[in-house]
Amino acid sequence: MGRVSPDTAAVHAAAPARVTPARARLLVRLRSRSAVGIVMTLPLILLIVGLVAYPFFYAIYLSLLNKRETAFVGLDNFRFLLTRDTFWLVVQTSFLFTSLAVLWKAILGLTLALVIHTLPPRGQRVWRGLSLIPWVMPLALSSLGWWWIYEPTHSALNWVLVLLGFSPKSWLAEPFWARFSVTLVNIWYGTPFFMITYLAGLKSIPQELYESSAIDGANAAQRLRYVTLPMLKNIIAITLLFSTIVTLATFDIVRVLTRGGPREWTHLFGTYAFELGIASGDVPLGAAVSLFMFPILAVSAFFILRGIRRSTS
Amino acid sequence: MIGSPRARRTATLLVCYGIVGAFMVFFLFPPYWMALTSLKTNQEIESLEGIPLIIQQGATLKHYRDLFTKTDFLVYLKNSVLVTVPTVLVSMVISVMAAYALSRLGFLGAGVIGTGVFLVYLVPDSLLFIPLFKVIGGLGLLNSKWSLLVVYPTAIVPFCTWLLIGYFASIPRELDEAALVDGANHFQMLVRIFLPVAVPGLIAATIFAFTVSWSGFLYPLAFIYSSSEQVLTAGTVTSLIKGDVYHWGGLMAGALLASLPPVLLYAFLMDYYISGLTAGSTKA
Repeated sequence: MGRVSPDTAAVHAAAPARVTPARARLLVRLRSRSAVGIVMTLPLILLIVGLVAYPFFYAIYLSLLNKRETAFVGLDNFRFLLTRDTFWLVVQTSFLFTSLAVLWKAILGLTLALVIHTLPPRGQRVWRGLSLIPWVMPLALSSLGWWWIYEPTHSALNWVLVLLGFSPKSWLAEPFWARFSVTLVNIWYGTPFFMITYLAGLKSIPQELYESSAIDGANAAQRLRYVTLPMLKNIIAITLLFSTIVTLATFDIVRVLTRGGPREWTHLFGTYAFELGIASGDVPLGAAVSLFMFPILAVSAFFILRGIRRSTS
Repeated sequence: MIGSPRARRTATLLVCYGIVGAFMVFFLFPPYWMALTSLKTNQEIESLEGIPLIIQQGATLKHYRDLFTKTDFLVYLKNSVLVTVPTVLVSMVISVMAAYALSRLGFLGAGVIGTGVFLVYLVPDSLLFIPLFKVIGGLGLLNSKWSLLVVYPTAIVPFCTWLLIGYFASIPRELDEAALVDGANHFQMLVRIFLPVAVPGLIAATIFAFTVSWSGFLYPLAFIYSSSEQVLTAGTVTSLIKGDVYHWGGLMAGALLASLPPVLLYAFLMDYYISGLTAGSTKA
């Protein structure tokens, strides 16, 4: 990407020998490439430096201050968090939520992609189109819809449960069910993304591979095990890592459904940081909570980048 | 007992349709339930009699009327439009210029910037909203909708740049070298050669920019506290809920209407939307 092509370099080197006016103009233009390139990239660079890199270091600085941001307290905010039961509850919830949601999104997304891929091509478009609606709706607003679905007395979910002979649940008020409910909404929202990615992956597998495996007498399960999954391996790995980042950073669902309750049992890093930093006004402590996400994000990003490099080279 | 291949194919299809059907119920029940509730009378929503999954006592548009006449919904709508339009324009201009430069004008550090752009795309909004809250405060933009115009491009530009680099890279180099010899400058080349060829990519990137800007929730919730400056997502969630009495009908009407623009855009431009969405994994 963005390298001077061999042709251009050749023009560059040969030009001084026979300088005609047209060639001279071309030469100047080619030399000015770098300058133009930097000018055109400048807004992007300013944006990244000013509103991503600077805030990141600023977050580290903030996390080292006291609540009123008047004194430097070193790592006290981090030490304080590590002694708090609530913080460890946030760590536990984040881990459970992220791992379970990502796993189920991948399983359901792959299942749906395989099933849609089996259907006649004409119908696939419709199913693919309808499947993506959860992903397209603004998450804060669809979470509002789920909030109402989970309402215990007047809403649909408990009505159906009672109809099927189960006891009604107070979905968002009991710790276990609140965690379950929040995870379910994330699975609802994210499965379409996995499905669409895997479906694109399935379409790119050469048909000959299936034909030759059919000649070898492979059944459907063997074709999945020995052709489909190995061919999708890289896409599966990248989507899992990518989704780990996005899922760990979830904010909207928890903020709308439970605000972290009952008794802080559904807080994730993002919502807990919001609660401390924005709602309660302890900016440094909130910044410290957010920063705990960073190592996980960095490790995932590293492996995503490696995965992409590997498959393009 | 093994059936004929044809019978087996039919059985497979039936199982597949059963599974797809179950997924569709799961995916589409929430919007259906939202639409249903928004059309029910309050008495029917509160009633514990009958079947809640259908409308039995007649549909009403009262909740939609109330939304426009008795709430700040139109203010939020106006603010969402005022924020989204310039956010999309600014983001697209920055992305197009950067993608052109990074894919065509080889200069020192272009490769590093390309990788950096991708890494920044992976930074979620819940990582940096607290320092950004202070930055926005420093700019004097707290409690202003224009704060969103400052922060949204950080979530949009990296992905759009990355997407467009892919599209621009597929344009043959002979084309721009011919144009250079003909005396076209970089601006003319970008506008006359690159943009027309990259239209599908531009549409996919614009859809992405629109969706991010329209759906953003954390930033407006953190930066804006006055109703008059609030946008649709945060406004619907925070202020359409009145005290202890939940106005479910009105709330669902608001949530559904506010969700409509991205859903409609998706419905009409589905193929572009999906090409943008899958670009990351299939190009990868």
